[in-house]
Amino acid sequence: MSDTEKRTALVYAECAEGALRRVALEALGAARRLAGDGGSVHAVVVGGGASAAALGTAAAELAARGAEVVHVVDDPALAGFAPEAYAAAIGAAIAAVQPSIIVLGHTAAGRELAPRVAAAVNGGHIADVTAVDVDDDGGAAAIFTRPLYAGKAFEQRRFLPGAPQVITVRPNNLPVAEPVAPGSEGTIAALAYSAPPLWTIVRDVVRKASGRIDLAEADIIVSGGRGVRSAEGFAPLEELAAVVGGAVGASRGACDAGYCDYSLQIGQTGKTVTPKLYIACGISGAIQHLAGMSQSRVIVAINKDPDAPIFGVADYGIVGDLFDVVPLLTEQFRAILQKPGP
Amino acid sequence: MQLVVLMKQTFDTEEKIEIVNGTADEQNVKFIINPYDEYALEEALRLREAHGGTVTVVSCGSDRAIEALRTALAMGADEAVLLSAESLQGDDGFAVASALAKVVEQLKPDLLLAGLFAVDRGAGSVALQIAERLGLPQAAAALKVEVKDADGGNANAAGNSLSPSGASWSGGGVKQVAVVERDTEWGVETVEVPLPALITAQQGLNEPRYPSLPGIMKAKKKPLKQISASELGLAADDLAPRTKRVALLAPPVRAAGRKLGGTPQEQAAQLADLLQREAKLF
Repeated sequence: MSDTEKRTALVYAECAEGALRRVALEALGAARRLAGDGGSVHAVVVGGGASAAALGTAAAELAARGAEVVHVVDDPALAGFAPEAYAAAIGAAIAAVQPSIIVLGHTAAGRELAPRVAAAVNGGHIADVTAVDVDDDGGAAAIFTRPLYAGKAFEQRRFLPGAPQVITVRPNNLPVAEPVAPGSEGTIAALAYSAPPLWTIVRDVVRKASGRIDLAEADIIVSGGRGVRSAEGFAPLEELAAVVGGAVGASRGACDAGYCDYSLQIGQTGKTVTPKLYIACGISGAIQHLAGMSQSRVIVAINKDPDAPIFGVADYGIVGDLFDVVPLLTEQFRAILQKPGP
Repeated sequence: MQLVVLMKQTFDTEEKIEIVNGTADEQNVKFIINPYDEYALEEALRLREAHGGTVTVVSCGSDRAIEALRTALAMGADEAVLLSAESLQGDDGFAVASALAKVVEQLKPDLLLAGLFAVDRGAGSVALQIAERLGLPQAAAALKVEVKDADGGNANAAGNSLSPSGASWSGGGVKQVAVVERDTEWGVETVEVPLPALITAQQGLNEPRYPSLPGIMKAKKKPLKQISASELGLAADDLAPRTKRVALLAPPVRAAGRKLGGTPQEQAAQLADLLQREAKLF
C-alpha cells in the first residue's frame, strides 16, 4: 500500500477473562492517531467458548471509542489462547480490512502474536513502543520510540515505505482512545473464521491467584530484593501492594535466592516496567535492575544501606529496615484510602 | 533428534551503554551469549543427552559472534553456523528472520530453540517470525520441556487432537510431541505441540553449564560454517529491511531525590503525605 493512500489501521483488541484490557484502548488511541484525520480504524476481538458472551461488550466499547468497524471472531477453537489460531483470526481481519498498520498490545499474548502476524504479511515489526510521534500528514511517517537494553537507551524507528506495518505498544504508556460523539459510534460485524490446524493444545493452566495484577499493567509496583531475606519476607510487600491496588515485583537477587518466582523479575533480564509509582524494598539497585524500572514516574526506595545505588534514582528515599517501614506505610495508605482525599 | 538453537551475541548486561555518534559504543565492551539463548542451548544439550542426536547453534552477526559460537561449541554443541550480518542491510528483524528461516529450513530440525528475547533489542520477534515462515507451532517462555513419542490416540482431556506441524520436512503425522510448561500472565500453562516446533526459553528453565576445559579444546575442531545471505537464494525483497532507526538516545537522566528523616513511623507518615500531596498519586 502506498503511503499517500487513505490510511487504515487495525487494532487487535485483547481481552482477558472476557473483559477488554486497558492496553486495547491504548492501542486504539494510537491507531486513531496513526490513521490520521482522513483514515479509518478497525478493531478485531477474538474469543470463543465461555468468553464469547463478553465479546459483544468489548466490541461495543471499541465502537464507542472510535473503531469504525469492530470485527468479532467467535469460534470454539479460540476458547483458549493458541497463538497459531489467534494469529489466523487476526489474519482473517487483515484480509478483510487490508490495513496499512496493525496495532497490538505488548502483552504476553501480543508479544507472541505480532511477530507471526508481521511475518505472515511480509511486514515490519516495531515492538514495545512507548511513544508515537505523528506529523501533520498523519501516521505515514510516524516515528516510534522504544527502549533498548531494557531502558539503558532508546531508539526512534520508522517504517520504510511500502511494507505492511505491525507495532506492539507497551501498556501504561500511551493515552487511551476517548469516546466519540454520541451517534458516531462504529458498527459491529461478525467475521467468518475457519480454524487452522490447531497445532498447540493447552492441557492445563495453573492460574495465578485471581485478582493479581500483571506487572506490565500495574500503576503501582512494590518490589523486593535480597533485603526481604526469605520467601516469607515478601508478605509485608504483598500486603502493601494489596492495599494500594498494585503488583509485587522483584529484583534478580531475590529471584536467584529462591525467594520468589522469576516471572516477577524486573530488570534487563526480566521485565521492563513503567508504573506511576515504584516502591523498591531492600533492593540495592544494580545497573541491570535500574535499567528495568528507572523510567517509572515516581520511585521510592527503602533500604538499610544509605549508600545503595537505588537512592541515586529514587525521588523519595527512606534509610531503614523494610520490615519496620513497609507495615507502617501500609497502615498510612490504608487510612488514606479509606477516607476521602484532601 | 536434530536440535537447532538460535543464538545472538549481545552486550554483557553489566555494561553501561555509551552513545557515540548515534550508535552504542562497542569499544572495550564485553560481549556475551544472550542469557535467554543460553537457557535454550542448555535445554538442547539436555534433550540430546536424553534422546540422542545433534545440537547445531545458529547465529546472525559480525565475525565477532564467532567467539560466542565457539563458547556454545565448548559447552557441548556439535556444530555452528554463522550467517554474516554484513550481507544484510540494516538492523531490522524482518531481513534477519527471513534469512535465518532459510538456514533453519536446510537444517530440518525436530526442535528449534531460542531465547524468549534478546537483552539488547528486546523485541522477541525474530524466532517467532521464523516459526511463522516455516509453519512451526510455538511454545513460548518455557519453564519445563519434555519430549515424548506421540500417543496413539493423540487426544487430550478436552478431546482436541493435535494436528501435525506445518513444517515442510515434517512428513505429516505426529510422531513426537513436546510437553511444555510455560510462563504466561495468566499462570503457568502446560501445552502440547507436535514436532517440529519452536520453543523459546524463559528464565528458570535450567541452569546453564560452563564450558569445560576439554570442551574448550574440542570446540576448536568442531565445524563452524560461515555463510552469507546471498548464498541462500532469497529474492531482494526478502532481504530488504522494513524499518529504519532514526535516532538512538540516552535515557533522560534521573536526579536523586531526597531522603526522609525521623523515626520509621515519621518517615512512613511523611512519605504517604508526599506521595499524596507532592506526587499527587492518591
